[in-house]
Amino acid sequence: MSGRELSYLQAFNEAMHQLMAEDDDVFVAGEDVAGKGGVFGSFVGLLDEFGERRMIDTPISEQAIVGLGIGAAVAGLRPVVDLMFMDFVLVSMDQIANQAAKLKYMFGGNASLPMTITTNGGAGLSAAAQHSQSLEAMLCHVPGLKVVMPATPYDCKGLMAASVREDNPVIFVKHKRMFGVKGEVPEELYEVPLGQAAITREGSDVTVIAYSRMASEALAAAATLADEGVDCEVIDLRTVQPLDIETIVASARKTNRIVVVHEAVRFGGLGAEIAAQIQEHAFDHLDAPVARVGAPFSPIPFSPALETAYVPSAERIAAEIRATMHRPAPGVTV
Amino acid sequence: MPLDPEIVKDLHRRMVRIRFFEEAAGRLFEANKMPGFIHLYVGQEAVAAGVSVALRDEDQISSTHRGHGHLVAKGGDLNKMMAELMGKATGYCNGKGGSMHICDLELNMLGANGIVGGGVPIAVGAGFANKYSGNETVSVVFFGDGSTNIGAFHEAANMAAALKLPVLFVCENNGYAEYTPREQSMAIKDVAERAGAYGMPSKIVDGMDAMAVFEATESALVSVRAGEGPYFLECKTYRYYNHHGIQNLGLSYRTDEEVEEWKGRDAIDAIEARMVADGVASEAEVEANRASIQAEVDEAIDFADSSPMPDPADLLDNVYSDAVSSDAVSSDAVNSEVRS
Repeated sequence: MSGRELSYLQAFNEAMHQLMAEDDDVFVAGEDVAGKGGVFGSFVGLLDEFGERRMIDTPISEQAIVGLGIGAAVAGLRPVVDLMFMDFVLVSMDQIANQAAKLKYMFGGNASLPMTITTNGGAGLSAAAQHSQSLEAMLCHVPGLKVVMPATPYDCKGLMAASVREDNPVIFVKHKRMFGVKGEVPEELYEVPLGQAAITREGSDVTVIAYSRMASEALAAAATLADEGVDCEVIDLRTVQPLDIETIVASARKTNRIVVVHEAVRFGGLGAEIAAQIQEHAFDHLDAPVARVGAPFSPIPFSPALETAYVPSAERIAAEIRATMHRPAPGVTV
Repeated sequence: MPLDPEIVKDLHRRMVRIRFFEEAAGRLFEANKMPGFIHLYVGQEAVAAGVSVALRDEDQISSTHRGHGHLVAKGGDLNKMMAELMGKATGYCNGKGGSMHICDLELNMLGANGIVGGGVPIAVGAGFANKYSGNETVSVVFFGDGSTNIGAFHEAANMAAALKLPVLFVCENNGYAEYTPREQSMAIKDVAERAGAYGMPSKIVDGMDAMAVFEATESALVSVRAGEGPYFLECKTYRYYNHHGIQNLGLSYRTDEEVEEWKGRDAIDAIEARMVADGVASEAEVEANRASIQAEVDEAIDFADSSPMPDPADLLDNVYSDAVSSDAVSSDAVNSEVRS
């Protein structure tokens, strides 16, 4: 490890520079990606380095943006198409779910779709109900898509490299509250393979499974619980489709207690799928029901006072871990 | 100037190939030998043939739910087509796609599409790839009048024009969106008016006249290949059969007189009369061509009939380019069912 630190957003941007330099088939199309460098700065500097041929500002037309990527990929290119906010995935859902996800299968394997859709998800910026959602569960429900949700600068770069080099359609979801988070990032281009979770903290008492921003909240909760004598294992899924069910099940069999955490709405979320698979594969190992932490069943509110109450936090995760361990909160006597 | 006789013969051959394939597929569907849905192209042959004769092999086409004709016209293998329609392992998509998802990437046919308008943005993407690669290849997208009422069409048309992409938009205006007449679903008579809204040049052509479609396509392709941006061709045509299936007459959403009137302008009848009158071919030659195409279709039926069904063990192949086991339990269940 070089010891060099980059922010989550810088790591993404560096990956894009290096991926475009290594392969002329890679281009970027989307709203304000070229001249502006992306509304959050994801693509800054790429227009200067690679020019207008490879950096394309498009009309505000999410269906046509994704369609552009599909057609270009089938014709042999390796597109990166950007949807400014994850909420806009819904505007282009026909192209994503009915077209991109299914082409290879419907065509009997005769097509390859090396396309990456980049987008920005997550709450925490008071962006309200149409600019803050975590919609990964509905994307993971569609066979044919891969869904990547990095939680660290290192993974942001390495997963992006793997996504762009992948021959399947990938939806790469950055978290808007993670952009400034710093961490060690090697200078050279490297891949973090899709479908492999990371055990970010080893522990023996309980496993906390999370991804994206909740992976760091889970680590914070684990640190709190360590002070209370509870040894948490934390798994950062990194990609939610494919789901690394082997790592999840192995940890469940080891710690016998599970808390699944996501920022998305709890009902029908990935936590339900993970809990179901754990009981299928490790029922006899469980000492407590699989617990789930997620957002309540409502649209995302605007006011910081409401949004803070809505988004799961390290404190809420810690409380759920205690409940799973049948431990009282510090200072509470039973 | 009269058309090159070889081009006329080519137009005729492609139209008859479509007609005979479709009539045969319709009969098989009627006889319950074909699963799923069937949307027959019969009546509209002049459009697919006229456009495709004007294309180069490397030009891409994208198609619709009524897409058999486009693939046949691009040179599709009738054996693989018929087998796919019957859900056989030897079909174009190994039985995974069927009528609405048939494709042949080697012929640069990028696929039929079960979503009305869904193929238009994809065709624009192929046009983008052509411009990106700096070649002279053109992406041609076929779509019906009905699909110009869906958002994807408008987004893609605007995108193609804004980015000046080499795309030929071919609207097959057959007057009906499934069972709803055009005048009920849009307040304009000519769909080509919509092209103007995006700054796209357009032309309206008689879609029952293969030679007219060919000539209009040839001239449209000049500016598209020259990098001047997309072009919109509206072909006024007619679907002899129902939206779905093989029924044509006795339906309430259109009159039998209307169907008969359009059949009186049949593109194949018209070109055969011209061929004989202009001395391009004798009646006997025309008949011999028809017979050889019928033999090819009959062979395709035999091929499809005698082909095996897909192996259920292949059910999960090609969901991804690599093996993905997010749901190991259901995959195992499928596999053990297959094994038992």
